[in-house]
Amino acid sequence: MIPLINPITLFFASIFTSNILLSNFLGTCSFISISKDWKSAFGLGMAVMVVMTITTAISWLVLTYVITPLGLEYLSFIVFIVVIAAVVQILEMVIDRTSPALYLSLGIFLPLITVNCAILGAILFMQIRSYGFVQSVAFGAGSGAGWWLAMMLLSAIRERTDKSPVPAGLKGAGITIITIGFMAMAFIGFSGMIAVQ
Amino acid sequence: MNPILLGPLVVAGSASILALVIALVDQVVNNYGDVSIDINHGKRSYTVKGGSALLGTLASQGIFVPSACGGRGSCGACKVRVLSDVGPVLPTETPYLTPQELATNVRLSCQIKLKKNIAIELSDELFSVKKFKATVDSIKDLTYDIKETVFKLQDPKAIEFKSGQYVQIVVPPYGDIKESVQRAYSMSSRPSDDGHVELLVRLVPGGIATTYVHKLLKQGDTVELVGPFGEFRVHDTPATMVCVAGGSGMAPFKSMFFDMRERNTFPEKDIWYFFGARTTRDMFYLEELRELERQWPRFHFVPALSEPKPEENWTGDVGLITDVLDRYIKDKVGTTKGLEGYLCGSPGMINACISVMSKNGITESNIYYDKFA
Repeated sequence: MIPLINPITLFFASIFTSNILLSNFLGTCSFISISKDWKSAFGLGMAVMVVMTITTAISWLVLTYVITPLGLEYLSFIVFIVVIAAVVQILEMVIDRTSPALYLSLGIFLPLITVNCAILGAILFMQIRSYGFVQSVAFGAGSGAGWWLAMMLLSAIRERTDKSPVPAGLKGAGITIITIGFMAMAFIGFSGMIAVQ
Repeated sequence: MNPILLGPLVVAGSASILALVIALVDQVVNNYGDVSIDINHGKRSYTVKGGSALLGTLASQGIFVPSACGGRGSCGACKVRVLSDVGPVLPTETPYLTPQELATNVRLSCQIKLKKNIAIELSDELFSVKKFKATVDSIKDLTYDIKETVFKLQDPKAIEFKSGQYVQIVVPPYGDIKESVQRAYSMSSRPSDDGHVELLVRLVPGGIATTYVHKLLKQGDTVELVGPFGEFRVHDTPATMVCVAGGSGMAPFKSMFFDMRERNTFPEKDIWYFFGARTTRDMFYLEELRELERQWPRFHFVPALSEPKPEENWTGDVGLITDVLDRYIKDKVGTTKGLEGYLCGSPGMINACISVMSKNGITESNIYYDKFA
């Protein structure tokens, strides 16, 4: 059954009430490693948002007009990954051209967006929940924006925790994971306000 | 349609369409068109295709900025001063740049991608740097791990350089080494013998170029040499030269001494040459240099072994080269004309010698050494 959720509601819902990072814990590896530095976090967050919006749109078209009519649902994972890889490749070239400093500070994490679970996750949610095209784009953009927001919040918090007297054993990744736990609990406070299904 | 065919077709089809899109975007995004390079305030200018690194683009125009690593950003040698705006200093460059260099916008030319017109400053001497085709004339063992390699220059046929300068040998890909790299070696031949280049190459375990020279290079092989480079040379003052070398650090000094002897240049200079080795099996050119010392009154040769074995019957000095150097500067080397330090060897040896020399009153600005050799 096709849910009749309003795309605008869906957009905001996927940012706040069902943030893909903090309620589904997708894309955590780059979340932890890049959030050290505010500028790179901003850049990677933006990159993920762009990739997510574009890939959900393209994947929806491929899913609806190629995969489903031909009954090739078993191939959808491969096709989605190919789409993501291509979009990331293009984005990489564009960033290299426009901002070499950002390109270098993102380093290996830029090509690794390809295997960022949040992006494939968003596409699979879109497939499972049978969103329409507009909803898919709204969901992709919203999830991306939510990922970016979580990234910004965490990098801001980390600027403080880096200078705080954290017990030696918890420095770095330890305190970051605890922080993410608290952030997730805070975001759970929003859940239930809008049912995203 | 057969589902076994359909699946691969769909995947291949969508992949090809996306590949086509990538190729198209690549054409648009990575097309920088023609850019101009202005060198030394309009003295030279080139119009080249943009998109590649400055280092390689200059090389394609026949200007060879020194680079020991061949453009991978790991040697920090290819510094140029950039006068136009080429964007912020990249994280790959900062470890190699001093605060003064950062302030004057000195950059690594291998890390600068040519995207728009650029103005740079280069030392005029770089324009005389050429790429030589050379064949191996002879390779012989000096010690168990140092080979004396003589190249005969084929095209161009002669090299003009000052004793103490170095060339880069272009090592082609071999075995597991997939990319061509360049490594710097001081020339041990005399400038008067301009048809040949002699290099002393010590085998470094795992070293790309040294393994190539020691294990693969044969007489008659053709290689490419780029040079001459370097500021290491005899300075025209009356001060006494205090030269210290170890291992293949012998190379620039061999060239300097035999050149000075041959042409009787810098006649006021006295020369003290300290050469350190562990045992006699690390020692080479001993006879040649002792003969030079006998014939040439202002040249003093002090070979020293740090760990001589009793059966070697070593009659020369014993001790770490730094201790020997310290003793000689205090007791034997006359300081009336002033002293200049010349060093060639491992970074550890260079640093240790700098500290001994500074303690004995040689100011650091009068201590010369090449970081590469």
